[in-house]
Amino acid sequence: MAEVTLHATPHATPAAHAEGHQHPIKLYLVVWGWLFVLSTCSYLVDYFNLQGYLRWSLIVLFMMLKAGLIVAVFMHMAWERLALAYAILLPPLVLLVFVGIMVFESDYTLLSRIIFFKTGA
Amino acid sequence: MTETVLTNIEKRRTATAGWQGIVADWSSDQRAFKNVSWGKAMMWIFLLSDTFIFGCFLLSYMTARMSTTVPWPNPSEVFALTIAGQHIPLILIAIMTFVLISSSGTMAMAVNFGYRHDRRKTAILMLVTAAFGATFVGMQAFEWTKLIMEGVRPWENPWGAEQFGSCFFMITGFHGTHVTIGVIFLIIIARKVWRGDFETGRRGFFTSRKGNYEIVEITGLYWHFVDLVWVFIFAFFYLW
Repeated sequence: MAEVTLHATPHATPAAHAEGHQHPIKLYLVVWGWLFVLSTCSYLVDYFNLQGYLRWSLIVLFMMLKAGLIVAVFMHMAWERLALAYAILLPPLVLLVFVGIMVFESDYTLLSRIIFFKTGA
Repeated sequence: MTETVLTNIEKRRTATAGWQGIVADWSSDQRAFKNVSWGKAMMWIFLLSDTFIFGCFLLSYMTARMSTTVPWPNPSEVFALTIAGQHIPLILIAIMTFVLISSSGTMAMAVNFGYRHDRRKTAILMLVTAAFGATFVGMQAFEWTKLIMEGVRPWENPWGAEQFGSCFFMITGFHGTHVTIGVIFLIIIARKVWRGDFETGRRGFFTSRKGNYEIVEITGLYWHFVDLVWVFIFAFFYLW
């Protein structure tokens, strides 16, 4: 009895799995195409030498769209249980806090350098 | 009989969606990730930890670049190539990006054919992915050689802030190492698929579960992650 139970559980998993991942190949080709388009767009941002906020917002926009497509479709996150998706996708957001801290820190360092090393040693 | 009962329980559990589903999964018995095997869950957790490593690299690059009083070298010019008399900015990096994205595309299809038990197509697509990866590493080696010849070192370069070299070698070097490991991993798994190890349950690493091609997907997760990291490096290091 116990053995049967042990065998039964791992079997249930791949079966449910295989069902969940029978997407048509076309889906991957479409996403592939979009990734090409988005990459071309971000390259063109540099090629046409856009500057300022326009450049940064476009770069970040294309980056997030590409990252989203890769994670959602290629890595199948769109079809995973929310328990896994949130466990993986939420923690990296704390990096944004780290970014905030380091922005303050580097502003301070830059200010000190400008004040104290003005002549350039 | 038992199997049917258990499958039903599994199905009933997975029926809960939304926030209640998250609470139900995390507070439930035995495992939090209901329809994900341990192998896949561990790969995701490894990738999460890797995210923090690359996050820290990019953060230290941001800090170095923001706090230096010396102007940062313009990546658009540094990585420009002259092809057939035409001076094209950043062209090598753009080609590398397309190569890596293509490798992700073939990998995604390999996973799909793996679940369909199409061994031939799976193995071929994985080897194509590995070839793209090797091409990428080759181009990176070319890029490194070019920059080193031009006098870029971790402590100095001809164009501006000294930290440019250390950031560049650290970030792209670590990413290139990931790609190289991925290529090796892909070739190993492709060989196992080709030989039919997963059908016969041949002894060896990752082959014990008969008829289960999940390892192809796990390899794929790693490979897509390498592509994902490149998306961020491309945006922050090369385009910014």
